[in-house]
Amino acid sequence: METKIQGILDRYPAEKTENLIPILQDIQDHDGFLSQESVIEVSKYLKMPSSRIFGVATFYNQFRFTPLGKYHIQVCRGTACHVLGSVTVLDEVEKNIGVKAGQTSRDGMFSLEVVACIGACGLAPVIAINGNFHAKVTCESIKEILDNYRNQE
Amino acid sequence: MSFLMEVNNKQIEARKGETILDALNRNGLKVPTLCHLKGSLPTGSCRMCVVENLKTTKLITACSTPVEPGMVLLTHSPRVIDSRKTIVELLLSNHPDDCLFCVRNKNCELQDLSEELHVRERRIKGVKNVHHLDRSSASIVRDPDKCILCGRCVRVCDEVMGVSCIDFINRGSQSVIGVAFNKSINTSSCVNCGQCIMVCPTGALSEKSHFPELIAMLNNPEKTVVVQYAPSISVSLAEEFNMAPGTDINGIMNAALRKIGFKHVFDTTFTADLTIMEEAAELVQRITTGGTLPMFTSCCPGWVKFAEEFYSELIHHLSSCKSPQQMMGAVIKSYWAEKTKTKPENIYSVSVMPCTAKKFEAQREEMTTMGITEVDAVLTTRELGQLIHMYGIDLQNIAAETADSPLGFRSSAGKLFGATGGVMEAAIRTAYHMITGNELIQFKIEALRGFDGCKEAQLTINDLTISVAVVNGLANARKLVESIKKGEKQYHFIEIMACPGGCINGGGQHIGASESAVKARMKTLYDIDDKETIKASHKNPEIQQIYKEFLGEPLGHKSHELLHTHYCKRNVLL
Ligand code: SF4
Ligand code: SF4
Ligand code: FES
Repeated sequence: METKIQGILDRYPAEKTENLIPILQDIQDHDGFLSQESVIEVSKYLKMPSSRIFGVATFYNQFRFTPLGKYHIQVCRGTACHVLGSVTVLDEVEKNIGVKAGQTSRDGMFSLEVVACIGACGLAPVIAINGNFHAKVTCESIKEILDNYRNQE
Repeated sequence: MSFLMEVNNKQIEARKGETILDALNRNGLKVPTLCHLKGSLPTGSCRMCVVENLKTTKLITACSTPVEPGMVLLTHSPRVIDSRKTIVELLLSNHPDDCLFCVRNKNCELQDLSEELHVRERRIKGVKNVHHLDRSSASIVRDPDKCILCGRCVRVCDEVMGVSCIDFINRGSQSVIGVAFNKSINTSSCVNCGQCIMVCPTGALSEKSHFPELIAMLNNPEKTVVVQYAPSISVSLAEEFNMAPGTDINGIMNAALRKIGFKHVFDTTFTADLTIMEEAAELVQRITTGGTLPMFTSCCPGWVKFAEEFYSELIHHLSSCKSPQQMMGAVIKSYWAEKTKTKPENIYSVSVMPCTAKKFEAQREEMTTMGITEVDAVLTTRELGQLIHMYGIDLQNIAAETADSPLGFRSSAGKLFGATGGVMEAAIRTAYHMITGNELIQFKIEALRGFDGCKEAQLTINDLTISVAVVNGLANARKLVESIKKGEKQYHFIEIMACPGGCINGGGQHIGASESAVKARMKTLYDIDDKETIKASHKNPEIQQIYKEFLGEPLGHKSHELLHTHYCKRNVLL
């Protein structure tokens, strides 16, 4: 059966479960997330139960199971950001867009991801939206930043 | 090779390659375990089994550490006990405090440990688990709040059942056991076998109960409430009442069921005989007319669902016979209803099964005819035990009774259905008669008895050589089916039972039974077969009667309508 992810699977030998993570990474790069259908495809291809694939994938923060929003927000939870209050930042973003890390808002506008360290410690606490960095954010500035994106619509 | 090591200031004999736990147990020393699962590789994750190694001054896990010559261990030093107690206190810190409402009250390993280690106060306060209670399945209820993440269910489902529909999800304190995409278990490939319930130390896994409806029906004067029980129930129910494993309490059980209020008591073993009549006829037909071979048995609903999911291309290899439970359901609401002038819609038909998958089977669409379900409620052996307790019946002080007739008389061949290999032995006895017109002289087929995961035999009937295989544990079934698909193995007839050992060790049986208890159940079934004189299904006079009065011939028109079914491919989260 010709499937969307067949091209990716073809690059790896069938039934070799050690390639699971690279396969999942490729699918996520391509689709932006791991869909139920693609996990079942991988499960058939590797002859590995989908529950185990899901178990492995949820072990790592990098995998998501819902499509990315139009604006993808990354909140840094690295050490520097942590020291400067990134817990509150995450909390504020979650409250503002109404979803938890790893999820996408119902209108498809925002998706949220927590990253370990984004590599911009000098800007802490920092968030990135579609790759654009917003430095030294506060609860007030987060509201402003997100409203700006909303107003662009 | 064996050597000595010191435990609690005494020398004990240890064998090279074994774990400390095995050496201790062999020498009569007990240490508590939680994540340990016999027959499975240790994970060493709960640390309940720690012992103190005096040479290294470390606490090491007995279940996963191999013995070494010269080891000096303490199994119950203050440090060890303290550590075990802390583990239990930590497990309790996020556990719901509702033991009194829990299905596993008084039969819970966490309760036992808490008692043994003398936990008397809540020292560690944690945030209580709040997860979604999964009641989506017809058979299994999952209450993740009570899960202590021992992983035993995951390993059984994977290693014994070859299903693997559940696994650890997330990481660290967020970890839960669940189905892919956190879906409900009914969307998964779960075959409802209940083996996960059998190994769960707590109330996190249990069977779906129909008690309130059943009790309402028992008290509804318009309903004729009838009951049937599977071949293995009479040899396993005793353990729910602390009687010796393997005690056959068939007569007492009949009496108890009537005392509870069941108007008529039927023996599913009668329809096990009926299944054999139909299935043996089907086998002979397939062999002699070039039909699809090998033929697989279809009386185990766990195996049937497994085949529908993983091997849908082989569905036409499954016998079209319904299981004994469903055949009984069908004949109660047709033959018996006609005979006793009872309206089928007023019959509430209950079955007592060693199995949780039977709950699923009873509600399959194919098992309903014109809006009338064949079987209305399924109880496990455990639930019957609870029901007997609830009605205050003292099994020690009631007189044995026989089951109703018709639908209550059985051969000893039907009784063998309760153990792996039994369907095969029974089918061969009747197939032999159908082909040759004679009776088998050597009834017993030793090669098909016992607990091996996969057994085979070759039989000669006239000029036919028939090869058969018997498999228990679906992981073994998967192996066998794969080798058949590759052309490495060829058979005419294959019996598959999902549970290890067959129904005597089904997912609805007594929780916490030892291996020797299960063996005792099997032995009793074999003893019954040795002792009794009607050893073949076709010799059962009630079977002869139902064909004469009602069904006509095996595979005849009526049989097809009532006793046979079909299967379909299932799309599930694999
Ligand atoms: S009932 Fe059987 S198949 Fe389903 S989760 Fe439990 S062990 Fe696995
Ligand atoms: S559900 Fe039961 S068997 Fe499974 S991990 Fe939790 S406590 Fe252990
Ligand atoms: S029983 Fe040994 S670590 Fe769990």
